[in-house]
Amino acid sequence: MRRIISILMENEPGALSRVVGLFSQRGYNIDTLNVAATEDPTLSRLTVTTVGDDRVIEQITKQLNKLVDVVKLVDLSEGTHVERDLMLVKVRAEGSVRDEIRRITEIFRGQIVDVGPQVFTIQLTGAAEKLDAFLASMEEGSILEVVRSGVVGISRGEKVLRL
Amino acid sequence: MEMLSGGEMIARALELENVEYIFGYPGGAVLHIYDALYKDCKVPHVLVRHEQAATHAADAYARATGKAGVVLVTSGPGATNAVTGIATAYMDSIPMVVFSGQVQSHLIGEDAFQETDMLGISRPVVKHSFQVRHAEELPLIIKKAFHIATTGRPGPVVIDIPKDMTKPDEKFPFKYPESVDMRSYSPIQRGHAGQIKKAAKLLLSAKRPVIYAGGGVILGGASELLTGLAQELNFPVTNTLMGLGAYPATDRQFLGMLGMHGFYEANMAMHHSDVILAVGARFDDRVTNTVSKFCPGAKIIHIDIDPTSISKTVNADVPIVGPVQTVLVDMLAQVKTLRKKDKSLPDSQALDRWWGQIDEWRDKHGLWTADRFGTDGEQIMPQQVIQSLYRVTKGDAYITSDVGQHQMFAAQYYKFDKPHRWINSGGLGTMGFGLPAAMGVKLAHPDADVACVTGEGSIQMNIQELSTCTQYNTPIKIINLRNNYLGMVKQWQDMQYEGRHAMSTYEDSLPDFVKLAEAYGHVGMQVTKLEDLDAAMEKAFAMKDKLVFLDIFIDPTEHVYPMHVAPNGAMKDMWLNKHERTS
Ligand SMILES: Cc1ncc(C[n+]2csc(CCOP(=O)(O)OP(=O)(O)O)c2C)c(N)n1
Ligand SMILES: [Mg+2]
Repeated sequence: MRRIISILMENEPGALSRVVGLFSQRGYNIDTLNVAATEDPTLSRLTVTTVGDDRVIEQITKQLNKLVDVVKLVDLSEGTHVERDLMLVKVRAEGSVRDEIRRITEIFRGQIVDVGPQVFTIQLTGAAEKLDAFLASMEEGSILEVVRSGVVGISRGEKVLRL
Repeated sequence: MEMLSGGEMIARALELENVEYIFGYPGGAVLHIYDALYKDCKVPHVLVRHEQAATHAADAYARATGKAGVVLVTSGPGATNAVTGIATAYMDSIPMVVFSGQVQSHLIGEDAFQETDMLGISRPVVKHSFQVRHAEELPLIIKKAFHIATTGRPGPVVIDIPKDMTKPDEKFPFKYPESVDMRSYSPIQRGHAGQIKKAAKLLLSAKRPVIYAGGGVILGGASELLTGLAQELNFPVTNTLMGLGAYPATDRQFLGMLGMHGFYEANMAMHHSDVILAVGARFDDRVTNTVSKFCPGAKIIHIDIDPTSISKTVNADVPIVGPVQTVLVDMLAQVKTLRKKDKSLPDSQALDRWWGQIDEWRDKHGLWTADRFGTDGEQIMPQQVIQSLYRVTKGDAYITSDVGQHQMFAAQYYKFDKPHRWINSGGLGTMGFGLPAAMGVKLAHPDADVACVTGEGSIQMNIQELSTCTQYNTPIKIINLRNNYLGMVKQWQDMQYEGRHAMSTYEDSLPDFVKLAEAYGHVGMQVTKLEDLDAAMEKAFAMKDKLVFLDIFIDPTEHVYPMHVAPNGAMKDMWLNKHERTS
């Protein structure tokens, strides 16, 4: 099953490599990975999506917790949460398809953030499946470049992950 | 406030940590540190002949004393040479602090002379690591390193120090922290009371219990508590390779070691048990054999300080995360309370039947009770060497070992009654560990008998340390079980490759170990006949101030048994000798 593990860790040099190293060292998958500083500059927030059965996920969370740089973590998939992935797509947009691409982008609540005579750059946010669906709706061969941030997520309601 | 350079801060911090020895080797990147040590540091430094040996010596020092071992090496090759020893300590959870030199900060990343990414190379085999970015941070980093290495589940910590952090002319106010508080690191202090109570109840309901104790009992200083609990309950105890000495071997309740080369009675008892109390052990694959067939009827209580060890390979029915020491105190109290309420617990009739069964197993194929190895009365059997060593040292020596058949014979036949006495590389299985380890132990306990049980293969992996032993006068005894083979490799080739001995012999290339020992200023003795064995052993140990290399020719065809049947075998499936198996 796919899980979203959200980690609060020390903003120390090498901390990220310990997390990434742990996944490769122990043979766990990383599907997406996102890391950035938080409102507290001494902490960074890392979100990783992975797949595995309960046993593997339990080991992953325990192993992550054991890393000295990891302060706290939560498996967001255990509760209700909001998840978002940001995508920038460059598509070939010429002639009559330009209108169609505009329409589809609207349906997906995306924005065209850059326009060229032959290309559009579209920005989309949402859950990963939504972005996948958008890509699937593009005409074959029209996608020139895709950049995704990887999943970020946060619990719904009062629950917070902080010190 | 006192003003010190980075190098001086390191020297002072080591004094304040009450470090007894630094094991190391100098080089360009650490010369400022060496100069500071030279000028003013009460902690003696042991100059090894290879950085790997520094790590093994420090590691064994830690195993024998319970204190952190300390290593100092230079950048590049010095650091990479140390990696095997760091990994060895990591696999066996040994507290160690390794200071590695690094090129100057401004050169990092430029492929500078003797630059290597030590943090990167060591990352998978350290508990934690630091790189010093500002010299002022040194005291706090060192304090943290010792704290992390020695608390919780112990392990090695690396401090990587760019040379400019130790410049003699840049001084900083020095204040060594009394304690550290890290928001991201706080090892658990007590086990969960509810879980412990549940475990106590389960223990008292057991009809065929086994206590399975590992190295964590020794590391956690809980041998006496474990012994107390086992004796309160009259439960049988088996120790892992790492746990030997956690429960006294000569006690009636001891079943011997378990696992791949474990005792028949230990493996049988585990397989047929209904309740297993695992303490500071990690269900290693060398213990469990095929996990899906592991102890089918057993409910498992697992105490470990490291939650990742619990239910990693074998599922625990009652997991208890906590230091073995406090958990066992709480558990014993619970057991006593429950027994006060119900005096009939545990079921003593069932236990009697269980002990009857165990004694039957012991009589049939017990390693110490049955005649396990044939002897023609002339050729020396490896087991006899260990028995002789045990007799001559009255069972009270520190025994280090290398890796191979000799290691298993030592583990099987030397009866360890005390913790910290058996010192071997269990997790990584590092050949070359034994000699430097013996050196580290002898420095820690100068008055104790220290012997290194080794093979002619392993000893050559760090033989250069004979020179260090001369320099620091460490009169250890080297017991070379000479079979002229990489014996354990040969055993597997005999059993699984129809006797094709690919690269497990040295042909006629072995050195004259007697002369070799003498060349370093030690005593060498060769023993080829059984009748000379005891006398030679006694003579060696009588030479209190001499390192003696005993080159003992043993039966080269002998195999280590029992041996788990693999693949697809259960705990109970063992080869008992070359022709006979349990099932
Ligand atoms: C550094 C290292 N390389 C290889 C091995 C694999 N290995 C395990 S036992 C063994 C043979 C050891 O031979 P020896 O030291 O003579 O001991 P014996 O088995 O003959 O008693 C080897 C090569 C190892 N454990 N460690
Ligand atoms: Mg050999």
